[in-house]
Amino acid sequence: MSSGPTASATSPKSVSARALGDASTARRALGEAAAENHGRSRWWWLRTLSPLTVTCLAILIAFVLCGVFADLLAPYDPTANDLRARLQAPAFSEGGSTAHLLGTDQLGRDLLSRVIHGARVSLTISFLGMLLGALVGVLSGLVAGFVRGLVDDGLMLLVDVIIALPFLVIALSIISVFGTGLTILVVVAAFSGWASYTRVARGLVLGAREEQYVLASRALGAGPGRLIFRHILPNIVAPLIVLATFQLTSIILLEASLSFLGFGIQPPTASWGLMVSEGREYLNTAWWIGVFPGIALMFITISVSLAGDWLRDVLDPSLRSR
Amino acid sequence: MARFILGRVARGLVTLWIVVTSVFVVLRLSGDPAQAMLGPEASPEAIEAFRLRYGLNDPIPVQYMHYIGNVLQGDFGTSLQSHRPASELFLSRVVATMELGIVAVILAVAIGIPLGILAAIHRNSIIDRFAMGLAFVGQSAPNFFVGIMLILLLSLRFNLLPSSGRGSWQQLVMPAMTLATGLLAILARMSRSSLLEVIRQDYVRTARSKGLSNRRVIIGHCLRNAAIPVVTIFGMSIGALVGGAAITETVFAWPGVGRLTVNAIANRDYPVIQLIVIAVAATVVIANLAVDITYGLLDPRIRR
Repeated sequence: MSSGPTASATSPKSVSARALGDASTARRALGEAAAENHGRSRWWWLRTLSPLTVTCLAILIAFVLCGVFADLLAPYDPTANDLRARLQAPAFSEGGSTAHLLGTDQLGRDLLSRVIHGARVSLTISFLGMLLGALVGVLSGLVAGFVRGLVDDGLMLLVDVIIALPFLVIALSIISVFGTGLTILVVVAAFSGWASYTRVARGLVLGAREEQYVLASRALGAGPGRLIFRHILPNIVAPLIVLATFQLTSIILLEASLSFLGFGIQPPTASWGLMVSEGREYLNTAWWIGVFPGIALMFITISVSLAGDWLRDVLDPSLRSR
Repeated sequence: MARFILGRVARGLVTLWIVVTSVFVVLRLSGDPAQAMLGPEASPEAIEAFRLRYGLNDPIPVQYMHYIGNVLQGDFGTSLQSHRPASELFLSRVVATMELGIVAVILAVAIGIPLGILAAIHRNSIIDRFAMGLAFVGQSAPNFFVGIMLILLLSLRFNLLPSSGRGSWQQLVMPAMTLATGLLAILARMSRSSLLEVIRQDYVRTARSKGLSNRRVIIGHCLRNAAIPVVTIFGMSIGALVGGAAITETVFAWPGVGRLTVNAIANRDYPVIQLIVIAVAATVVIANLAVDITYGLLDPRIRR
């Protein structure tokens, strides 16, 4: 791995003294790992896949496909009532029929179709929220870490406050003032992760800005924009991607929790959290209404977490858990 | 140590000030606070009276000072729904939530930490795999779904425990278990990995080579050092616990602050919401302060 021309012009002492931060060591290890991987074939990462990881990735892909092709895959319209077929048991239990594989809810809506459409709602909000949060968070982290000074101090104070508070309470207060809906939920989801990205990105920038290749580029006269986006960002992107996968889990849970409390997705739209909340009333007579969307939710959060663990091991071996 | 604590207290106060100020800003951003505080059905006279009483016709900086003064005196206004002071409503509910929270924390600590230690000592054994699998599921499971499954199994299928309300200890079991799940899982995973980290250290090898028993090495040399990251993660999880209370109380119809929050938000009862946000922030700040002090006691290097 060559890091461009060595910055012999700058004092090597100050560099090594300041480059001892955590982020920097992590980055260096990443560089070494990259160098190590360079010698392998381009499919080296295939060998890191365990059966569990493959299962998780398959479940994730299945959920994404369900979300994208919900209209084609769902056997029924997820919001179509059929009162004659209400509270029908799933096909495999007593009194069920193959017409409704997972049974029907209190309004006779097909549960399988609603679970499939629930994937679309959940994944849309989570992906958009994650992307928006990452965009804003990484940008502000880059600025804070690069500019330092008052901007940095102010931003970090705000980040500390947001991370300390229970985000569900912040989200509920925002919704109480601005109402709910898809847009608000995406903004709230983005807001929930923003602070973590800022903190992590800032830490990584602080380590990277003293690296030789950045100093060399600066010595050659590169401006801040070029330094940040061309030299620093590509080198710190791996830990940020890992962070994003973990944020995805908490956003999925946040949307489900808000919908469960009645402040997220509104009926009759199918959202897993909302469906569990509807099912709560029928636990005694029709357990399947609340249980299936809950299981879907657990499958997706567990899969995303395990996939995130795997991604972390592949992208950043220095952070590997024991 | 005193300087360390003072620094932490100052930080906590700044956090609270930011939260109180944000509440002020958001309420004014969202439109007319008088309208918001009195609700959509308020008459123009009532709104004018309210504006006069709370000085809403004053310039913003004067209003801000008034608002801070009221908050400091514990005056958060009157609930739009019940027409009782918001602080009175809050105080009538807070005991139930504290009861739930304290039992949940005790459960999480009493089960989670020993589970993690056990898993670390028997690393890669069946016990370890089982405990960590369970912890992983517990951490990924949504709070409300854990509650629903508990009701389904323990109340409806086996008829062991009542599914809602508050009064007897039986009614406390399932809400406390639900609220504890997430924290329990995090504590178990963290104590395992932290203990594994400590066991690799040189001083532990030295202790072993002196011929000390495994038990004495773990208890005497490892636990205190392994406790530091566990205390940190515990402090970071207090906020999540407070948020989880809103959901847990909804699932089990537990008459605490969580239910009050959900009702207040459904009815846009701003005086109550405002109080709850500030109270939650204060709880988290105080909890973190306690954690920071514990941290200083555990690790003398931090007391700077």
